[in-house]
Amino acid sequence: MSHVIILPIILPLLGAVLSLAGHRRGTRFSRTVLLSCGAILALVSILLLERAGSGAITVYALGNWPAPFGIVLVLDRLAAIMVTLTSAVALPAMLYAAGGADTRGRHFHALFLMQIAGVNGAFLAGDLFNLFVFFEVLLLASYGLLLHGNGLPRARAGLAYVVVNLVGSSLFLIALGLTYGMLGTLNLADIAVALPRVADDARAVVRAACALLAVVFCLKAALLPLSLWLPHAYGAASAPAAAIFAILTKVGVYALLRVSVIGFDAADFTADLLQPWLGPVALATIAWGTVGVLAARRLAEVVGYLVVVSTGTLLVTIAAGGDGRNGAAALFYLLHTTLASAAFFLLVDRIAAARGGAGDFLDIRGRAEDGGSLALGFLLLAVTMSGMPPFSGFIAKVMVLRAVQFDALGAATWVMLIASGLIAMVVMARAASALFWEAAPADDALPAPASVSSAPAVQSGPIPTPVPASPRELLAVGLSIGLSLVLVVAARPVSEQVALAADQLLARQPYISAVLGPAPHIPLERRP
Amino acid sequence: MELVIATAIGTLAATAVYLVLRARTFPVILGLTLLSYAVNLLIFAGGRLVVGAPPLIDATAERYTDPLPQALVLTAIVISFGMTAYLVALALRAKGEAGTDHVDAQDDRP
Repeated sequence: MSHVIILPIILPLLGAVLSLAGHRRGTRFSRTVLLSCGAILALVSILLLERAGSGAITVYALGNWPAPFGIVLVLDRLAAIMVTLTSAVALPAMLYAAGGADTRGRHFHALFLMQIAGVNGAFLAGDLFNLFVFFEVLLLASYGLLLHGNGLPRARAGLAYVVVNLVGSSLFLIALGLTYGMLGTLNLADIAVALPRVADDARAVVRAACALLAVVFCLKAALLPLSLWLPHAYGAASAPAAAIFAILTKVGVYALLRVSVIGFDAADFTADLLQPWLGPVALATIAWGTVGVLAARRLAEVVGYLVVVSTGTLLVTIAAGGDGRNGAAALFYLLHTTLASAAFFLLVDRIAAARGGAGDFLDIRGRAEDGGSLALGFLLLAVTMSGMPPFSGFIAKVMVLRAVQFDALGAATWVMLIASGLIAMVVMARAASALFWEAAPADDALPAPASVSSAPAVQSGPIPTPVPASPRELLAVGLSIGLSLVLVVAARPVSEQVALAADQLLARQPYISAVLGPAPHIPLERRP
Repeated sequence: MELVIATAIGTLAATAVYLVLRARTFPVILGLTLLSYAVNLLIFAGGRLVVGAPPLIDATAERYTDPLPQALVLTAIVISFGMTAYLVALALRAKGEAGTDHVDAQDDRP
């Protein structure tokens, strides 16, 4: 059995311990640990991609206990793609952090590596309880990262974020308790086997447990009634943290997709759980996110709302598809939106630093110093994010629009996607003129923002002067934009790969037999 | 015994929901703690209630209790304990920076 599958989890954990143990040796040591972990992880994820590319599903049984009794990690095409995406988002963010953002608080490097371990673990977990554990690992690290670098806005957003996610974790545990109590297993493949055999009088409880699971994943993915926490939290986080947070919502979407396809679809009384409401709610999420994009006062919050819009788009693509092409479209869109929004968070921080006291506030005038290259990056990402040709956003949006069915939901999806793209473009144009065009007022006293109390970042202390970019930060922003451009250049091979991944996921049976293998089955009536 | 356990879980969860919806951080933390107690009891009850039976192989035992929920509860307790400790520290810091223990860090009663 090859041990390479567990490396994406073990390696960052070891790196985190190492950087904690050696933190007295200074930032240089921690940065070396961070960046070398990032580089090795990138190589490992390419290895995994190659291994999964043959179409085989690799199962890694921890301690060699076979499923469903032991804990398994499962690597299929989808998991390999997601682990690679994590590396692609993490590496530029690490490089950016090494440019100086990591010194604003303590233990940034350890927290960041823990975060990566949690995200990779959630992508590879083969049973629900380990999915929960890795969710907690990534959440705990994200609590720390969100608070990295002090300030009242972060403490405020952090408190709400932590409380919301703790309630979510409790719901997750309730769902797990019910699932184990009714099915006698938490292994995803085994759940798929056990679900159709549930007795009639127990179906209501099992259905409730599955619905709770769906609610928890929607909370992580930030679907509408559960997405109010996201824009403030992401807007308040420091740039490298926000960039890695771009993948956190996708962990929720991934978990929802994985558990609903492998688990819920196994029995007819749980298969119809998502269908009636997922599409309309996802459309409402897009609408709310688009209004937020229009209303946000800070550029980081604009990007936060764009993340919400992307969640809505992803889930409506999953809900509205007809002939199976929607899986590939959703995955391509997922890759595009994660890379682009992570790059955008890094760029926003750079722009805010170059504007000095005006920060990333859109209603305070002030031109970015030496804004030429920043403006070029902004143009690229604005066009990408709003889905205009010729970049990856456009390709992804065309794939999504071609995949949706022509019914009421499909028509509504067309209208919403095109309208939200147009509005995003308008907002980006307006933001660009505030960020790169309008000069600050002649006297150096900055005008107070509209309501002082809601903008404490600008309110007190000396007005910061523009900070020149360090070469590492510029390299990181360039790298992250470059990675999102790879999706344009390699659009055809990437879309073929994601189509294969979607087919493999939807086939279901290979996953289940790969995990359970020839292990003897315990009949349901002999379970506790 | 089922009735007692069910009532206990229900009472804990209801109290927790009430407390979490308060606007001050201290009741919210108490509520989350109670919620985690309710959840732990629920997971434990998921293994069915058995009295006086060992969880591990025992030559003299006639029946067993399910050991897995106990292991799950242990994990859940550790995680929720760590989370609560973190939340207390965070609430104290938010109080220190904002001067109020309102969850929005903005006092609605001036």
